[in-house]
Amino acid sequence: MKQFLIFVKKEWLHIWRDRRTLFILVFMPIIQIILYGFALTNEVKNAKIAVFDQSRDEATRAISTKIAASRYFNIVENLYSYQDIEATFRKGKIRMAVVFPQGFRYDLLHSNHTQIQLIADASDPNTANTLTNYASAIINDYQQTLRPTESLLYTINTQVRMLYNPELKGAYNFVPGVMALVLMLVCAMMTSISIVKEKEMGTMEVILVSPLKPFRIIIAKTIPYLLVSMVNIASILLLSVYALKVPIAGNLGLLIAESVLFTITSLSVGILISNTAKTQQTAMFTSMMSLFLPTLLFSGFMFPIENMPVPLQVISNVVPAKWYFIIVKDVMIKGLGFTAVWRETLILVAMTAALLGFSIYKFKIRLA
Amino acid sequence: MRMLKILLWKELLQIYRDPAIIRILFIMPMIQLLILPLAADYEIKNINLGVVDHDHSEYSRQLVNKIVSSGYFRLRDYSATFPQGLKAIESGRTDLILEIPTHFERDIVKNNRSSLFVAVDAVNGVKAGLGGAYLQGIIQNYNQDIRTQWIQAQRFDPQPTIEIASADWYNPHMNYRVFMVPGILVMLVTMIGSSFAANNIVREKEMGTIEQINVSPIKKMQFILGKLIPFWLLALLVLTIGLLIARLVYGIVPLGNYSTIYVFATIYLLAILGLGLLLSTYAQTQQQSMLVSFFVTMIFNLLSGLYTPIESMPAWAQLITRFNPVSYFIEVMRMVMLKGSGLADIRYQILALIGFAVFFNGWAILNYRKRSG
Repeated sequence: MKQFLIFVKKEWLHIWRDRRTLFILVFMPIIQIILYGFALTNEVKNAKIAVFDQSRDEATRAISTKIAASRYFNIVENLYSYQDIEATFRKGKIRMAVVFPQGFRYDLLHSNHTQIQLIADASDPNTANTLTNYASAIINDYQQTLRPTESLLYTINTQVRMLYNPELKGAYNFVPGVMALVLMLVCAMMTSISIVKEKEMGTMEVILVSPLKPFRIIIAKTIPYLLVSMVNIASILLLSVYALKVPIAGNLGLLIAESVLFTITSLSVGILISNTAKTQQTAMFTSMMSLFLPTLLFSGFMFPIENMPVPLQVISNVVPAKWYFIIVKDVMIKGLGFTAVWRETLILVAMTAALLGFSIYKFKIRLA
Repeated sequence: MRMLKILLWKELLQIYRDPAIIRILFIMPMIQLLILPLAADYEIKNINLGVVDHDHSEYSRQLVNKIVSSGYFRLRDYSATFPQGLKAIESGRTDLILEIPTHFERDIVKNNRSSLFVAVDAVNGVKAGLGGAYLQGIIQNYNQDIRTQWIQAQRFDPQPTIEIASADWYNPHMNYRVFMVPGILVMLVTMIGSSFAANNIVREKEMGTIEQINVSPIKKMQFILGKLIPFWLLALLVLTIGLLIARLVYGIVPLGNYSTIYVFATIYLLAILGLGLLLSTYAQTQQQSMLVSFFVTMIFNLLSGLYTPIESMPAWAQLITRFNPVSYFIEVMRMVMLKGSGLADIRYQILALIGFAVFFNGWAILNYRKRSG
């Protein structure tokens, strides 16, 4: 036990005395959380649109003003011909064009029927859909004000309630995802070079001739990094709540415990990479390439997993970040308890055990 | 000139004789281009629907059938009570509950009005917003069906009605691959350009071979050009292969001209390679240069508009994207491939990138010292 503690202390000194790396390890997550937490959102707002108003009357002006007043739209251009629409789209200036026909108000008052055309740039399909929906809602709203109050016959009223996130904020979905991404990358990258470094520096020989068992060596290497990761978890949670304004609806203790569990999983991934790689460069490259994209793709916060082809859906199950993302969403956003996430927790525990076990099995006590 | 030729020959030989580089350069991008677009499909479909039907009437069944046959929804749960339906949402089995009250049918027919209740899991705001809107659209449509069943259609609209006709230009089938493939291609070219060039000079420093170059009569300019041109050619080659894959595998034929893409790519690569070289003049070890170039490319990629729209970002983040060459190329790539924009439409972006290229390369040349230590 004493040997073990000494070894932990040695590892700790490695980290503590390399101030520049320690600084990067502690501040990189903070910068990333702030940058991505604020900037990554698929919420649609302030979309630039153009208006082609051929009748320029009271009604069209009222609708344009209503559209411009909403936080989703920003009218940047007034167009004067159909050719202009195409040209403005090609310059990439606008996302949607609203076209009013000639005699808009006249038709509306005399024949009770008129038309508005919404032309959306559908190269980004979801944004196009969302914009068309928002604009239609605004126009319908205007239409409602024209109508007498008596209601239509045979009407079905639909009441919609948005659970957990009534304002449909993008951050509620992205912050848990960014937490998973950042923790995974930082933790795995930290440990991924730890064993390889000893190999490259030649100090591995000293460790190998010591009476420490491979099991203890690996655990001892993880513990100091776990301490650094705890600092990261704390800063990430504080930033999420106070800077990004995503409240913790569930139990804080449970959330922290799950985060620590995920950190241990990530550290084990790093240890495994470190164990199999020959040089620091390979270790770094592997951890960057094999962790960044899969975590981004398969954790489910950016791309819906249910839309992927079945083989990819199967692959997504081995990505630890997917399970952590589900846990954080359930505990932090939905405010559920342990009974809701025990299965995901069990999967993470099993993954950690398998990763550590495999690392210990692959740990060679002989050089070359 | 002869000196430059010799340098170029040396670099090309070095690249050619390193099988790992060839593998990373060509096979990895191909795999990513084949897998990523399959995974990167944000289209809102396959929404899991839970139904709580208290009415069990002809009408309620018709409504549910209509919703499921729309293709956007999958009926995943049929609960007897609302709390049970809510459980299904909590466990993530369903995204949305439709509650049909008792006497739904009777209320419509006898009282002229009835109500439905919809609860949406809104953790993912966009999915919830669109899913709710789709569902409301279907319900309104169903409402219209019932009305025409009971009332004879009138020749004139009894009330002022504004008909909304919406058109989806440039991607009428709403296919996400058309949107993602050009962007992913840019990401791949960028990763090759920046990280390989950055690593290259640092490697000479670490291996000690930079000393030989330092004592030779090679000019700074020649040295930088010698490093730049081979990777510039390689990246253009990768771009060509990528465009071929886009055309053969995904059937994406640019509306605009291929030459527009190449003109822009040529300038873009100069800027990106310049950035890589600049980083490498500062880094001492490969580890440093990899860490920094990885960090920079990650920020560039995530804040480029590839995954999330730039307009939605806060103002300060939008300002960052103005200094991000990647966001320009992604914008241009999508404009040329999907909308057929020509050189005149993208002149502003071209000017910006010429600025980047001059700035990064100029700084790199100034900062490169033929002295060690």
